[in-house]
Amino acid sequence: MASLKYTDQHEWVAVDGDTATVGITDYAQGQLGDVVFVELPDEGKSFAMGDQAAVVESVKAAAEVYAPISGEIVEVNEALNGKPELVNEDAIGDGWFFKISIDDETELDSLMDEKEYREFVKGLG
Amino acid sequence: MMTDLQETALHALHVSLGAKMVPFAGYSMPVQYPSGILAEHRHTRGQAGLFDVGHMGQARIHGTDAARAFEALVPGDIQGLEVDRTRYTQLTNDSGGIIDDLMVTRRGDHLFLVVNAACKEGDYAHIAGALPKDCRLELLEDRALIALQGPAAIAVVEGLSPGLSKLGFMSLADVTIGGIACTVSRSGYTGEDGVEISVANSAVEGLARTLLKDARVKPVGLGARDTLRLEAGLCLYGHDIDTTTTPIEAALAWSIGKRRRAEGGFAGAATILAQLANGAPRKRVGILPEGRVPVRDHADITDPAGAKIGTITSGGFGPSLDRPIAMGYVVAAQAGEGAPLGITVRDKKIPSKVARLPFVAHRYHKDR
Repeated sequence: MASLKYTDQHEWVAVDGDTATVGITDYAQGQLGDVVFVELPDEGKSFAMGDQAAVVESVKAAAEVYAPISGEIVEVNEALNGKPELVNEDAIGDGWFFKISIDDETELDSLMDEKEYREFVKGLG
Repeated sequence: MMTDLQETALHALHVSLGAKMVPFAGYSMPVQYPSGILAEHRHTRGQAGLFDVGHMGQARIHGTDAARAFEALVPGDIQGLEVDRTRYTQLTNDSGGIIDDLMVTRRGDHLFLVVNAACKEGDYAHIAGALPKDCRLELLEDRALIALQGPAAIAVVEGLSPGLSKLGFMSLADVTIGGIACTVSRSGYTGEDGVEISVANSAVEGLARTLLKDARVKPVGLGARDTLRLEAGLCLYGHDIDTTTTPIEAALAWSIGKRRRAEGGFAGAATILAQLANGAPRKRVGILPEGRVPVRDHADITDPAGAKIGTITSGGFGPSLDRPIAMGYVVAAQAGEGAPLGITVRDKKIPSKVARLPFVAHRYHKDR
């Protein structure tokens, strides 16, 4: 897999050709705790970078998941409907949320790489 | 804004157990340990969970007629309590609203109170200001409080303090556990059998470590405390009850004894007794939302026609039921079991029904 990109809202982005797979980071799932529900976007829906695209609910709280780049939803992870705990068990693998088309490749340049994200999380204390 | 958080006497233990600490009622408290809220909840229902509730307020009221004097502030029957028996009641204001809910135990020569952490300063000022001159409020700030809850809880403490299993529900006893002087109450906030243990701050870590040595005991944080009490249909102050809700609206009429109903003589009695006689305009009910979407507090409740008829006050996921559950207030006409409701979540209506409380049956000890 290509190296991951990250947002300051704790989404990860894996680029594969002209689409990107999106999920929440392991840090984010750890902060949320046990995930009990994920509200996924409709396939075919378009988002601008930074729009709210999904909601993840843990026992304690609901958190918004934002589109890390502009594009159209091409696939969602239906497995999360039956097994939302996949987000906890494998946040950057089986716990992915959706795949989105890459409308503007330059947006990817504004995201953090692995090292930058690690520093960012460290700065959160 | 940063404020200095207080710590309970078990802070170091929480940190050493890997707890995630969060601010709660002015204290740094464990919301969960590494096993997580769902596992901690299930462990409490299956075996025994150990909770730090040392942030709660403990106090005594001294005075020859303390029980009679205190009855002016609460609708519960305090004079009718036998020695070392405990009552759940509420501090009420003049309009019948709830200032706090609390446990009151009649000891030999005083009343023993346990009040909510977030309310304690206000409670103490209210109580001290209202007591007659021959009564005195004493704050027990050198005391910690822990709870051991679950079907194995009594067997665990019986092993350390033989005879404790004979303690009746809502009764209190002074005992030693592993050589440590404790005041033990058979009560709790999970719907399970268990105890709350008041002990000196200086001794609580040793006691907690002794209890945790038992394989049946695991530490449980505030996250699971909340899901456990919600399944048990128990009110959380500041969410399900506050100064704008009366005990009758809150479905706590069971906590007001016959004599108090007949005699009145407590703050807010005019409103509370009128609601007892004629019904309250709204009622706290259990709510089962359809599907998997958790509904949270502050969500609007609507009738089938879409008109707003109430608000969710506690809501989330019930691990023992493996589904969303909630409580909230609805207008009296829609408060019957099975009444259809809608809950608004992110601009969608979740079809829901009024459900019987508790969601999970209480398993309190029944005295023979």
